[in-house]
Parts: sequence; C-alpha cells; structure tokens
Amino acid sequence: MIRVVMPAHLRTLASFQGEVQLEVHGAVTVRTVLDALEARFPMLRGTIREQVTQERRPFLRFFACGEDLSHDAVDAPLPDAVVSGAEPLLIIGAIAGG
Amino acid sequence: MSGVRVLVGTRKGAFVLTSDGKREKWDISGPLFAGWEIYHLKGSPADPNRLYASQCSGWFGQMIQRSNDGGKTWEPVGNKFIYEGVPGTHQFYDGKPHPWEFKRVWHLEPSLTDPDTVHAGIEDAALFRSKDGGQNWEELSGLRKHGSGPRWQPGAGGMCLHSIIQDPKNPGRMFIAISAAGAFRTDDGGVTWQPINKGLKSLYIPDPEAEVGHCVHHIAMHKARPGVLFMQKHWDVMRSDNGGDLWQEVSGNLPTDFGFVIDVHAHDPETIYVVPIKSDSEHYPPDGKLRVYRSKTGGNEWEAMTRGLPQNDCYVNVLRDAMAVDSMDSCGVYFGTTGGQVYASADAGDNWKPIVRDLPAVLSVEVQTLA
Repeated sequence: MIRVVMPAHLRTLASFQGEVQLEVHGAVTVRTVLDALEARFPMLRGTIREQVTQERRPFLRFFACGEDLSHDAVDAPLPDAVVSGAEPLLIIGAIAGG
Repeated sequence: MSGVRVLVGTRKGAFVLTSDGKREKWDISGPLFAGWEIYHLKGSPADPNRLYASQCSGWFGQMIQRSNDGGKTWEPVGNKFIYEGVPGTHQFYDGKPHPWEFKRVWHLEPSLTDPDTVHAGIEDAALFRSKDGGQNWEELSGLRKHGSGPRWQPGAGGMCLHSIIQDPKNPGRMFIAISAAGAFRTDDGGVTWQPINKGLKSLYIPDPEAEVGHCVHHIAMHKARPGVLFMQKHWDVMRSDNGGDLWQEVSGNLPTDFGFVIDVHAHDPETIYVVPIKSDSEHYPPDGKLRVYRSKTGGNEWEAMTRGLPQNDCYVNVLRDAMAVDSMDSCGVYFGTTGGQVYASADAGDNWKPIVRDLPAVLSVEVQTLA
C-alpha cells in the first residue's frame, strides 16, 4: 500500500483523519498516486493539481524520504521506500500566508 | 415571518447569524470552512434550506460547498470551471493581451425558481451556470465572447464578475457587472449579451462614450421594479430607469461618491443605501465616521445614518457584496466591514447595532428572511 500524508485542510475537506493508504496499480509515480487519491476522494480534484493543466498548485510541494520531489517529472518512479510503504509521500502546503 | 438568517463570508471562514423577527438577540455559528476565504454564500429563493458557498484558498484553489439543511451540514460539489472553447485574451493591467485564467468564484446567484440551478460569477470574468445543484458547471460564453471581451481589463481587485441580478418578471433577462469592464444585460437567458454602460462617465477612460472599461463596483434592483437599476461605480452613484439602456448620476450630496455597496429597501423601491468610502487608495470612511447614506428619493438627496455606528476613528472598508436587506415588515439592513463587524438595523437604517464585532475581514453578507 502507498501511504500519503495530506495537509490538514485537505484532510478536513475529505472528511478523513490520519494517513491515507492507497492501492496503486502499475508504476508508482506522483501522477498515479494522485490519480488514486482523487479517485478515492473526488472532492480533492483541483485542490492539489490545477483542474485544466493538471499542474501542481504553486503553494504545494511533494516530499518523500527527505527529498523534495516537486520538480521531478510526474511520471518518474517514486522511491522504493514509498513503493514498499516504508515511507509516505508527503503533500506539503507552503508555510506562508496571512 | 419568523426570523432571519444572515450568511457572512470572511477571509477565514463563513459564519451564520440567526435571530427571530425582532432581530435583537443573535445566535452566531461558525467558523465554517475555517481558514478558507469565503467570497460569497447565498440561499436559494426557491428553497431556503439550499445554500451555496464559494470556498477558496491560495493553496488549494476553488471549492463549491452546498447545504440542504440551512447551513448545518455541507458537502463539496463541483469545482471545475472551464472556459468554453479557446479562452483567448483580455487586457492585463499594462494593456497587453493576457490569457483568460480561472482564479476564483466571487458570487453565487441561485435561480429564483429552481434550487438546483445556480449561477457563478468568476475571475477572470465569466458567467457559469449549474443546473444540477453545483455538480457540473457550464459557461454562458456569449458574455465573454461579446466582441468587447479582448478589451476588458482587471480592476485593482482582479477582473471579477461580481454582480448577477435576475429579472423576476422576465426569466430571459439578467444583468451582470464586471470590474472593470462594466455592466451587461441578456434578454435571451444568457445566450447573447449587450453592454449597458451608456451614461457612465469614467474620467480615466479617454473616450467619454466608451462601451466598456467602466469600473462598476455593484448593481442592485428592487424585485417589484426590475427596469430600475442602481449602481455604485468606482466613482459615481448611478441610476437607470430603462434596464440599463441609459444611466444618470444620482450621487447628489454624498460626501464622496466612491464606495462599493449599494442596495434597495425591501418594500420601497425608491429607498436606497450606500456606504461612502474615501478614495483613491485610502478606502476607509471619510473623516473616520462610518455612515450609511440613505436616499428615499431614488438618489440625489441623501441623509447620513449614524445612530449606533462609530463616528470617530473608524477606518474600515465595506466591500461590494457586504450589504443586504431582509424583507421583514420593518426592513432590516445589514453590512459587514473589513474590521470584522457585522452591523444590523431593524428599522430601515435609522438605528444600528453590531451583531458581532470581531470576525475576520468580511467579504460578503446575505440575508434570508425565513417563514
């Protein structure tokens, strides 16, 4: 199972507390994980990736295993530790705003 | 009539304020959607338990929330706003072409007759409609594709479609306003549109007869007299007696003709309200005195309503969607400030009291009169 940690506002929106566990078929990439996350929680569509372009929203970042994966290709394989479930994919909101 | 429900959108969530017909004691619930900007929330005239809310955030984008129980519980519905066809460009602040890009929903206007039909005014300016309770949205693209679209330009707050008024006597007629393009009207249910800006004088536009480019802040109408429109423009309070075909200035003796809100008394179509604001750039009440100005003559002659409002050291703003009226026998008038106060008058503006003083900055105020 792939583990995903979401920001608090998205957990509230999805009415889900804690870490999400997702089954992802085929290659495990940012795109396939987000596809699976949005399939389980349709209300998250448009909140992580922009609706039309499917680009990552500017104030969100993807981290795993201590690395910032935000600028990696969305179809690049995620680290083995994420694929095995040893480490989560972290969706992080910018610490910013007023 | 048994009571009122005031729906307040703020920079950090929504609040629902309820009271009985006396409007003296209030229950305050919220924040709903804590931490999110709630640009607007509004109830369906056809079913007061059906509410819609525009929830957005710089981090997570746009959500639309729907309630079927008067705001006790909410569910997210569709948030996909895609311009029809190739969006093209409008003018940016620097006058250069800029692609149309969806940013947020400023205003939600439920149908007068069908709780599942709701209109959305968005930035960059366009009008959308859902016929299935907000699940799916379709652009009424005849507006944006009006020949003037490439010449529309954003106001300082963004290029927003902020006012949507449906004609209760003519289902095909609707009025909208965009900052800073102007006001438009459809007479065929939103298929085609025409600009209705004749008579508007905007000194910053070189062409005195300009079809578009006017910074309209808000428009209002009384449901019993849909041919008469009132407008608060960037400068000038305006009135049209022919559905927007021609406007005339009715600023009269206002201390400043700048402001954002304008509204009409529920039972007297000639009584209107504005909150004058000092400009440019200050955007707070003149002389630090928060005054609602009321005209009982449809404009030109205005009186300051001050009882219960701060008359010194007040430097808040009242934004364009932050005034509303109820339809109780004694008309209630409400407005919210960027300082977080929501003021109410249960006697048509003569006397005011704050319902609540310390909310986040208020973006919008709507009122439902409950049977």
